[in-house]
Amino acid sequence: MDLFEYQGKQLFATYGLAVPSGEVADTPEQARAAAEAIGGTVVVKAQVQVGGRGKAGGIKLAATPDEAAAEAEVILGMDIKGHTVKRVWIEAASDIKKEYYASVTFDRSAKKPLVMLSAMGGMDIEAVATEHPEALARLHVDPLIGLQPHDARWLVYHAGIDEAAQKGVLDALTKAYEAFIGLEATLIEINPLIWTADDRVVALDAKVSIDNNALYRHPDLAALTESVTDDPQERMAHERGVTYVKLDGDIGIMGNGAGIVMSSLDVVALAGGRPANFLDAGGGSDAQAVATALEVLLSDPKVKSLMINIFGGITRCDEVANGLLTALGTLGATLPIVVRLDGTAAEAGRAIIAERAPANVVVEPTMLAAAQRAVELAKEAA
Amino acid sequence: MSILVNQDTRLVVQGVTGREGQFHTLRNRAYGTNVVAGVTPGKAGQDVDGIPVFNTVRDAVEATGANTSMIFVPPRFAPDAIYESLGAGIDLTIAITEGIPAHEMMRIYTHLRRGDQQLLGPNCPGAISPGKATVGIMPTDVFAPGRVGIISRSGTLTYQISKEIGDLGIGQSTVVGIGGDAIVGSSFIDILQKFEDDPETDLVVMVGEIGGDEEEKAGAFISANMTTPVVGYIAGFQAPAGKQMGHAGAIITGSSGTAQGKKDALEAMGVEVGTNPTEVAQIVSRRLG
Repeated sequence: MDLFEYQGKQLFATYGLAVPSGEVADTPEQARAAAEAIGGTVVVKAQVQVGGRGKAGGIKLAATPDEAAAEAEVILGMDIKGHTVKRVWIEAASDIKKEYYASVTFDRSAKKPLVMLSAMGGMDIEAVATEHPEALARLHVDPLIGLQPHDARWLVYHAGIDEAAQKGVLDALTKAYEAFIGLEATLIEINPLIWTADDRVVALDAKVSIDNNALYRHPDLAALTESVTDDPQERMAHERGVTYVKLDGDIGIMGNGAGIVMSSLDVVALAGGRPANFLDAGGGSDAQAVATALEVLLSDPKVKSLMINIFGGITRCDEVANGLLTALGTLGATLPIVVRLDGTAAEAGRAIIAERAPANVVVEPTMLAAAQRAVELAKEAA
Repeated sequence: MSILVNQDTRLVVQGVTGREGQFHTLRNRAYGTNVVAGVTPGKAGQDVDGIPVFNTVRDAVEATGANTSMIFVPPRFAPDAIYESLGAGIDLTIAITEGIPAHEMMRIYTHLRRGDQQLLGPNCPGAISPGKATVGIMPTDVFAPGRVGIISRSGTLTYQISKEIGDLGIGQSTVVGIGGDAIVGSSFIDILQKFEDDPETDLVVMVGEIGGDEEEKAGAFISANMTTPVVGYIAGFQAPAGKQMGHAGAIITGSSGTAQGKKDALEAMGVEVGTNPTEVAQIVSRRLG
């Protein structure tokens, strides 16, 4: 789960990592009040989870509360690369002497935390890594030992951090690592980490991602997920505990298991169609799971046909077929639905559909055939 | 021969008295797996359909000589269960549990690699050597004894591909689910090496998916170290970046971990990659001649 900048900064503060004082605002009036409370020149920053906010006009300086309100008026509602700005963060403007880069990431290849530090901050770190690899100090941490002071010193010396800023950067790195562990983050990125005119080291941005599997023991963080999606199907799926990802096509897809659903999307694309979504109804898909999944799929007006791809293992295909018929009876869907059932009790499942399903439900024997049929039917319906 | 699970497997099940644990334990036993013990803290002295239950894995090992453990406990207790299994000297631990936090797995993995024990999973369907033994949740009807090894990050795709090659009259030596999480105990490379050393495996199918770089690492390993042919499959060409596709580990981060990148890396190392499960089965059939 990715957090917004303001959420990341508020969490940083709880770990003692210095951030500019700031407040969130959802309206120009709130922005004015925030600017008044903070005092002096402020920065109005669009809260969206996408890079390139500054270039898109989503970050503006404001010398007075009136200016802050005016900038917020422009920024709120702005579309930045498909993300609508619903909230701004107002913070005290900083007097920057230099911009650094610091991050702690979950390095899945090495299976360890990776701490990175550079004196070349404020720019795209992948470009720094490619063009100036010597300017990026990288160190893997043994997760059973943790980041030791000598590790942090090694990073500070090898990143070429200015002497007067070294102590502050050491402290910031240590706290960033503590936040990484404490929040069970998969990413803590501070770009830029600034050295100010009055010799403080402050996190001017915050990119934080939290491991979804750890949310159960961080209820405060789990509560932040409400802000994650605007998409009605993703929201509905989230509320009902269905694994769903919206895509931009018109063929709705569901299956039982992450692998088979990913494969179904690929096969639909190979057949010349465009998948509308990823939906995994779960390895042990019972009748209820099928009904819930179907409800989510049918609520998407873009969907022209459905492909249901079930490989029965522990799941019995006859139960899936019954669940499907019951759900269709309740939901009354009329769009074409292509069903492929294989594995445990597949024959019985197919027989149930052949005998009792409405005419818009058809059965195909293989995954490939089902994909081709769903693509044809979507084209006819379009 | 076969790898990981066979007639020598002596299985202890952690979480044996839970609903899922009990269901799959009895299925594994019905298939022929030698299930010697179960563990549930506080339930020593009970039994599950004749399988003795112990309070701790250590007690179970001392009493029964268990050498393999299957873990069915919920995510919040699973790290402890894995450490307990390793501490009791179990050779092979198979963690079925889905949802263990990544930070726990970083620590478990680091601990694991300091010794020579093995961990399959977490978030895996287990392993089956058809006709000999199964440990996990795989539907056994899909498999038949044979000479093709299968390694996969996905359960359902494993069943799909096994069914497709089965329809062509080809069976499996061992089928291994390594798990769908970002960090799992055994990599493709660990299992590829075992198949390479197994005289009864003539070909290996490796089923990968988006996320991470284990397929790319496996490609280099296959090219440098394997004489047994390997056929690949990668799922997730249509997956957008930054979205988790079901499995915790199935996510494209920035531009890394894409299906196309993995396919290209494997092909560059001489590994043939099928575009869909049916084609994979056809390639397997052709390569076996």
